[in-house]
Amino acid sequence: MGTASSMLTQYDIEEVQEHCDHLFSQQEIVSLYQRFCQLDRNAKGFISSDEFLSVPEFAMNPLSQRLLKMVDGINFKDFVAFLSAFSAKATAQHKIELIFKVYDSDRNGKVSFNDILEVLKDLSGSFMSDEQRERVLSQVLKEAGYTKDSSLTLDDFIKVLGQSELKMDVEIPVD
Amino acid sequence: MMRKTNPKSQSTELELDQPNIEDYLPSGHTIHQEPHGKLRLCDLLDISPTLSEAAGAIVDDSFLRCFKSIRSEPWNWNVYLFPLWCFGVVIRYLILFPARVLLLSFGWMIFLSAFIPVHLLLKRDNSVRKNIERCLVEMICGFFVASWTGVVKYHGPRPSMRPKQVFVANHTSMIDFIILEQMTAFAVIMQKHPGWVGLLQNTILESVGCIWFNRTEAKDREIVARKLREHVQGADNNPLLIFPEGTCVNNHYSVMFKKGAFELGCTVCPVAIKYNKIFVDAFWNSRKQSFTKHLLQLMTSWAVVCDVWYLEPQNQKPGETSIEFAERVREIISQRAGLKMVPWDGYLKYSRPSPKLREGKQRNFVESVLRRLEEK
Repeated sequence: MGTASSMLTQYDIEEVQEHCDHLFSQQEIVSLYQRFCQLDRNAKGFISSDEFLSVPEFAMNPLSQRLLKMVDGINFKDFVAFLSAFSAKATAQHKIELIFKVYDSDRNGKVSFNDILEVLKDLSGSFMSDEQRERVLSQVLKEAGYTKDSSLTLDDFIKVLGQSELKMDVEIPVD
Repeated sequence: MMRKTNPKSQSTELELDQPNIEDYLPSGHTIHQEPHGKLRLCDLLDISPTLSEAAGAIVDDSFLRCFKSIRSEPWNWNVYLFPLWCFGVVIRYLILFPARVLLLSFGWMIFLSAFIPVHLLLKRDNSVRKNIERCLVEMICGFFVASWTGVVKYHGPRPSMRPKQVFVANHTSMIDFIILEQMTAFAVIMQKHPGWVGLLQNTILESVGCIWFNRTEAKDREIVARKLREHVQGADNNPLLIFPEGTCVNNHYSVMFKKGAFELGCTVCPVAIKYNKIFVDAFWNSRKQSFTKHLLQLMTSWAVVCDVWYLEPQNQKPGETSIEFAERVREIISQRAGLKMVPWDGYLKYSRPSPKLREGKQRNFVESVLRRLEEK
């Protein structure tokens, strides 16, 4: 029977907990490790894109390709750190930082009009034309006080998204 | 909300026609309040629902759960239970296992000494030959079941040989076929396997009228569909048994049934199989074990205990599509065998989901955005 490649020691768990700023309990980290080993088929120590895509619910998510760029080849410590943004204990700022990272694909610290358009394209698929997307985005940007040429920074994101409650929590099933 | 089949689509991709997945996914993922109010920048930038769904899928998803061998609690963990368990291991491996191997070899000897002459001497269409081969196959399956100390309880009327009927069952391991075959010589539709299993398929199983398919070949589906149709027409053919899930599932869940068995215009007789896990976990995880190893594992366990229910035959209701029919029968079987239904196609084990699956989400998103744009 295939089991986890190695059991986590108490030291390992504490190290991972440190790395994710204690956003997960020790039990949750053990659960996540079991899940990590299930996804990491040949016990390589990291999960490849292909293995993420073997989860059909993930593969059919409109943002899966963007997320794959962030998690391809991820090891366990970073896996937990990535998911920590979805912990109920994470701050709104932490969550918004992740959202910003998803938009800012070239990692230059700024999100341009085109960056937002790209994400919109993933979310809307063939159900909206490029023209429609540009029109909608320009309109809401203007109403929020920005222009087509403005680049949004993390602070802008915090200002815009920080207003309302962000529902971005995922519960880790614990046996 | 069913999608209509497109009769013109000849894709090698997975079946797109399936019931609405959103109906099955756990409510925590998809039920969030329909957003109201005029569309603002924060609404457009807020991708948190989609991100949460993706993270939720990474953490736990209903598809991989179907293929996980759920380990039961080890019970041999203290001072007196452990020696007892060791004693049990000794008995199982040193007494039961050799006895079973002897029994099985004995069974094979009888089988081959009767089967080979009959197969070679009598003509192919000879009905005497067919009857003898049928009985012999039932017998060797009986020997197999005895070699695992199989305790099988059959419920419901015994299958009869009639044209225009098809049997469908949930699938946990290849031994499902052997367990059913020991009572009635079914003609099964199976994946062609390599090795000694393939040899058996070519010789013995061929004689009861089994049909082969090849998952990897694109045109294969049409050829197989034609063979199925021909088989059910013949009054003299063995009753046809199909495992519509298309792959082995861990006996706690059921994945979607392929509609092929439900489009033949026949009566469908559902069969539910449930294994008792106290004795052994009969789930064959074909990724982790070869069939030989799986059989050896069964032969060194105490027993294989299962229930088989032959349920009431079902016909396609007027106005019901094949997919709705398949789902209805799946529900009957799942209820009887205590399985949870999941909305995934078993073949997702081997290939990626079609990009069209995400169109539902995209469409909802666009509808919501455009609607809110109009609001004041």
